[in-house]
Order: sequence, then structure tokens, then C-alpha cells
Amino acid sequence: MASLKDLKNRIASVTSTQKITRAMQMVASAKLRRAQEAAEAARPYAERMGGVLSSLAAAYKDVAGAPKLLSGNGADKRHLLIVATAERGLCGGFNGNIAKKAKAHALELLSQGKEVKIFYIGKKGFEVLKREFESNYLDKILVEKLSYDVAEQVGNRVLDMFAANEFDVCSLFYSKFENVLTQTPTRLSLIPAEFDDTASEDDTASASYDYEPSQEEILESLLPTNLKVQIFTALLENGAGEMGSKMTAMDNATRNAGDMIDRLTLSYNRQRQAQITKELIEIISGAEAL
Amino acid sequence: MAEKLNFELVSPERLLLSEAVDTVVVPGAEGDFGVFVNHAPMMTTLRVGFLDVSNGSDSDRFFVKGGFAEVGEKGLSVLAEQAIKVADLTADFVDNEIKVAQAALEAAKADSVKAAIAFSLNQLNEVRATL
Repeated sequence: MASLKDLKNRIASVTSTQKITRAMQMVASAKLRRAQEAAEAARPYAERMGGVLSSLAAAYKDVAGAPKLLSGNGADKRHLLIVATAERGLCGGFNGNIAKKAKAHALELLSQGKEVKIFYIGKKGFEVLKREFESNYLDKILVEKLSYDVAEQVGNRVLDMFAANEFDVCSLFYSKFENVLTQTPTRLSLIPAEFDDTASEDDTASASYDYEPSQEEILESLLPTNLKVQIFTALLENGAGEMGSKMTAMDNATRNAGDMIDRLTLSYNRQRQAQITKELIEIISGAEAL
Repeated sequence: MAEKLNFELVSPERLLLSEAVDTVVVPGAEGDFGVFVNHAPMMTTLRVGFLDVSNGSDSDRFFVKGGFAEVGEKGLSVLAEQAIKVADLTADFVDNEIKVAQAALEAAKADSVKAAIAFSLNQLNEVRATL
């Protein structure tokens, strides 16, 4: 049985842990708001881009001369997986879920005898997957401060590799931000390009546009941009998701610490009481013996 | 001129401007063009350059890079990969952009990519000269 002093020490240490987790929860909720604002500010651009591209791309569906970024290069042998995770842990299952999804996909591809290369954005995914997929490692990039530059850097890299014919299919793993409590790990196919068809189908399709230069050239110059925008959007959603997940995880931790303090305090008091009773009995029986 | 043109300038990071203006001069890929209200629908890509917005006696100038412009029934929307108010544009920033572009030019493998970067590098140098 732990002594009174031990119990006291444990209560003190759990209390300070609780203070830390509570502070982290508050920090995460402040950052979450900022991350959400950033994600919302970026939405108009991504939506317009998606809308315009899907109407442009509709014309080129199943056409032989379609740009390769849109339809892929026809092969399905070498896969590039981009795994985007957070830089920090302590955010529940957030990083693990993305890594798990990517791992399942990679294993499936490997079992079909395909080549897989993995590119990591963010440290955590790399740490989880590095052992198992050591031979598939391509490169990693750490995100200190999320800005469009990061997405551009990754995008240029991917485009360069695609142009040099180093892979056939590219997909991105990230976590879709549904709300503070739910983030869904998602796979998005970057090459061949995939569009959100629900995005604005309103006036872009009906109006007859003058294209300058040609429709095809616009499509070709927009596809690389779109790829970067898709990466950027995914990173923003990841940022918001990480903070949401961290907030929930830290909230739970704070509550657990509270429960633990309650339990420890109870047994501390019980033991203190027992000791007092014992001392009293000793005095009384001593007095009676006289 | 009673009617005004609805103009939106959007960058990936945020919506920079959304207001009714008189006219906008856009640096299109095949030359600058001015847009007034009731312009015919058109779509074009952007090159690196300056975008001028004028509204009554006010006028604003933005540095834009990459992206495209769309003129529709609802007005003009410019989706630039980068858009910065000229007042906030510094020589250091452009120098840095030039450096980045030069590095990208050296790193690029495909010819088509190279040509595109070389073109925008050229434009950046022009912008730098105006500062």
C-alpha cells in the first residue's frame, strides 16, 4: 500500500499534467480557429478552379488527345503516394489514421505487383511508415509554416517527375476536415485528375466563352495549377483537422486526469482517516490498560 | 456610367477584393485587355504582370502571377496564384521570386516546363525594372 506521502506526490504530478493538457487544449482551440479561417479563405479559389476545370475537362473526357495530367498516361504500373500528415503528435489518432489508410493502399498495390513510391509531407507519417516501406521511400518535406509556397514546391516536384515519366499514377492521402470531432482520412487521385463534380455547375457550362489562347491550352496550363491548389487545400484541411483532433485528444486527457485526481484524493483521505482511527484506538486501549 | 462591373480577385490563400468597379485591365497571356461591364464571356490565362483596377477616381494596382481570368455573366473573376498590392510589393520580394524561378529553371527537366519558367522569369525581370 502506497504511503500517504506517495499518494500526495502522485496527486501533485497528475495535477501538473492536467494543467499542461488543459493549456494544450486551449492553444489547439485557438489554432483551430485560425486554421479553419485559413481553410475557408482558400475555398473560393479552389471552388472556382474546380468548377472551371470540370467544365473544361468534360469536353476532353475519353478523347485520345486529352492532356496527360487529366487522363493519366495510360499506364497503371508505377504509383506515387503522397502522404500528408502533421508535424507533431499528441493529436489522437489523426496521424495514425492517415498512415493506416496509406499503408493499406500501398500494400494492396504491392500485392498486385505494382511499384510504389512514397513521398511524405510532414514528419509523423514518415515516422510511422518508414520501417515498413523503407525501400519505397522517395523523399520527405517538413512543413514549418503552411503557405501556398509549400504546395507549390511539392506540386512542381510532382509535375517534374511526371513529365520525366517517373511514375504513372499519383494519389494524395490526407484527412478531410468534416468538423471538430470528425476527420476522415481520404485518398485523392491527383494524376489522373479527379474533380468534385458537385462544385458549381451553374453558369460556366451554359455560357459560350471566348478562349484565349485556345481551350486546350488553357486546360493544359490550368491543370498544373489545379494540382497545386488541390495539394494546398488538402494541407489546409489537414491543418484544421490536426488542431481539431488535438483539441479533442487534450480535452479527453484533461478529463481523465481529473478523474484520476478524484480517485487518488479519495484513497488519500481514506488512508489518512484510517491512520487517525488507528492512533485513537492505540491511545484508548493504552488508557484502558491502566 | 451607371452600371458597374463585379470584380473579384482571388488568390489561393484568400479573397483579396470583391467589389463593383468601372474597369479592370488584366494581363492576359496574349496581351493586356480591359474589361468593362457587359463584356463578352471569355476565359484566359494570366502572365506575370500588373493588374489595374479603376473605380471612379480611385485606382489600384496589383502584381499578379499565374492563374486565369474569367469573364462571365456575373462579372470578372481573376484567380491568381499570387496577387499582391503594388504598394506592398518590394524589390526584395521580386528579387527573391527571380531567384526561385532561376533555381526552378535549373531544376526543371522537361522542355515545356523550362519554357514556361523562362517566360515568367522574363516577365519578373520586367517587373523588377519598374520598381
